[in-house]
Amino acid sequence: MSDFLSGFGDVFGGEAIYTSAFQLSVLFVFAAVGEFIAERAGTLNISIEGMLLAGAFGASVGFHVTSTMVAAVAFGVLCGGAVALVQGQMSHRLTANQFVVGLALNVLVLGLTAFLDTAIDLGQVRASTWRIPGLADIPLVGEALFGRPWPAYLVYLFVPAAYWLVFRTRWGLEVRASGDNPQAADVSGIDVNARRRQAILLAGLTSGFGGAFIVVGQVGQYQPSIINGRGFIALAAVIFGGWTLRGTVMGCVVFGLVEAATIAISVKGYSVDPFILDAAPYVVALAVVLVFASRVRPPKALAQPFVRGLT
Amino acid sequence: MPSGAGSLTLWYIVSIGLALGISALLVAATGGSPSAVLSALLDGSLRSPGAWGVTLTTMAPLLIVATGTIIATRAGLVNIGQEGQVLLGAMFAAYFSTRLPGPGALVLVWSFIAAAVGGGLWAGIAAWLRIRRSVPEVLSTLLLVFISVPLALLGLRHRSLLLDRDKTRINHVNSGDQIPADTLLPDLHLFNNDIDSGIVLAVIFAVGVGWLLTRTLLGFRIRMLGLNQRTAQRFGVPSSSYLAGCLVASGAFAGVAGAVLLHGGASGDRMTGGMSSNFGWDGLLVALLARDKISRVVPMAFVFAMLRTGSSFLASTGVDRKMTNVVQALLVLAILLPSALVALQARRRASAALEAVDQ
Repeated sequence: MSDFLSGFGDVFGGEAIYTSAFQLSVLFVFAAVGEFIAERAGTLNISIEGMLLAGAFGASVGFHVTSTMVAAVAFGVLCGGAVALVQGQMSHRLTANQFVVGLALNVLVLGLTAFLDTAIDLGQVRASTWRIPGLADIPLVGEALFGRPWPAYLVYLFVPAAYWLVFRTRWGLEVRASGDNPQAADVSGIDVNARRRQAILLAGLTSGFGGAFIVVGQVGQYQPSIINGRGFIALAAVIFGGWTLRGTVMGCVVFGLVEAATIAISVKGYSVDPFILDAAPYVVALAVVLVFASRVRPPKALAQPFVRGLT
Repeated sequence: MPSGAGSLTLWYIVSIGLALGISALLVAATGGSPSAVLSALLDGSLRSPGAWGVTLTTMAPLLIVATGTIIATRAGLVNIGQEGQVLLGAMFAAYFSTRLPGPGALVLVWSFIAAAVGGGLWAGIAAWLRIRRSVPEVLSTLLLVFISVPLALLGLRHRSLLLDRDKTRINHVNSGDQIPADTLLPDLHLFNNDIDSGIVLAVIFAVGVGWLLTRTLLGFRIRMLGLNQRTAQRFGVPSSSYLAGCLVASGAFAGVAGAVLLHGGASGDRMTGGMSSNFGWDGLLVALLARDKISRVVPMAFVFAMLRTGSSFLASTGVDRKMTNVVQALLVLAILLPSALVALQARRRASAALEAVDQ
């Protein structure tokens, strides 16, 4: 037991774990808050994984072509948005099954990126670090929160902006109405499927940014396994948060910490079975939804397609 | 612009043609030759000696996974964790087939039963989460996929579980005991092709499930549940146990596919962590492509098996075999389009007619 405690202190006492936890949380926040908006509009958007991967690959290609960091990130965002456009049009204009579309898109992006990766020789791409003087010198977490690559700081703007958009604008109200009672929303003149498409597009753009960030801000290079199911963890974070913004962000921090801890444990050379480390984020995600899913209230029309005249 | 139900076929031709056209463009854009790719795919899957036997052997696990998936989809469930369920099935089959005594045929039967239990258990976790804790099975089945691979690797690190107990074998890391030769599925020899008898089993399963879904009360109730849960409940269908049963059954089929992989010719004769090698995902796509009809699942499984075996011949064309994944996904999207387009047109016509009445 004392071994465990000293190990615990060793893993959680260093700066490294908070740095990687913050980085991963940024990825999760951009994906999960986008997904949160899409789910509040009534779609369970499993192509979030494909959007992240498209963003990661797009950023890498963007840098390869333009050699400018801003253009690279912007191209990543657009690639995420492109996946969202297909998802939105197919599931909420044509009312094809959203899970089938999402799954096919995930496979498509996975195959397309893997295929194009063999055709293009992608190099290193790393965003410059902005250290905020003073704040970055706070012991333990200063470096993690205020000594990051510049795209990470957008998270501090993004979350309040998402809050304002969803809870303080007419558009946000219409989105939430579309997710809770599409029939009533439709009768009051809201174009339900348009709101859902827009919400998905927004999720695609933010996930694209999340994917771009993991390349330029964390790994520094595109790898085929760079997302590896993290989009699905973002889905779990939304459930963890009970479809509230605050809870979703909290979920992202929890999952970021769990993944960072598994990395730190293996880096520090503790003899924990790799099974436990590899599976930990997903087991925690499953345990979390097990505890929280039945206690919270999902949007009433979540994952139900809306066709006028169909109740 | 074509319209009406009669034009559905035309839409299918257009959209599938579009999917194949985009694939060809991609190949051409990356410096490959689309016609060489097509010819290599056909050589690898049909034309070279013994090729169609391999394709049929590959088709068996795909068909079994797809058949199971259709049970879940017809009940209105979204099971997308077949990849993990296949792996669990293979793990259970590997454990029992290398430990049970007795004649090979009997061990083989027990191994298949164990595989069904393994896949069913894995899907059962998702079923329990769905029924008791209202966790969407979309998410839980997916998360379980990501747990299944480390779990298989865990088993392959311990001799008491799955790791090869033969310490004299040099390269025995991360692979299991060799499956006893007398438990291998017998081969059929037809026209100089070796075909794994797994395909016979797979076709029997597909026909059986098709009969069950369309010709029995149980199947009728399952389909009613999938079409409208509330109506089904009013007519006395116990929805919880039916949903759980269908999810577990689809997992069990995926598990059996894992056993077919282990005992058949589509994979090696030892358990490994990569055993399921996308058979679960591909089988799921086959079911989606067949749009939940058993009659269409057989040809679709054959097409996917062709892409899989044909892709091994792609190296000579200089095009990466991952191209086939792109083709598969584009095909699924293309198959979705026509009926959705026709439905959209019908809705537009209806609302136009309504507006005409209003005026």
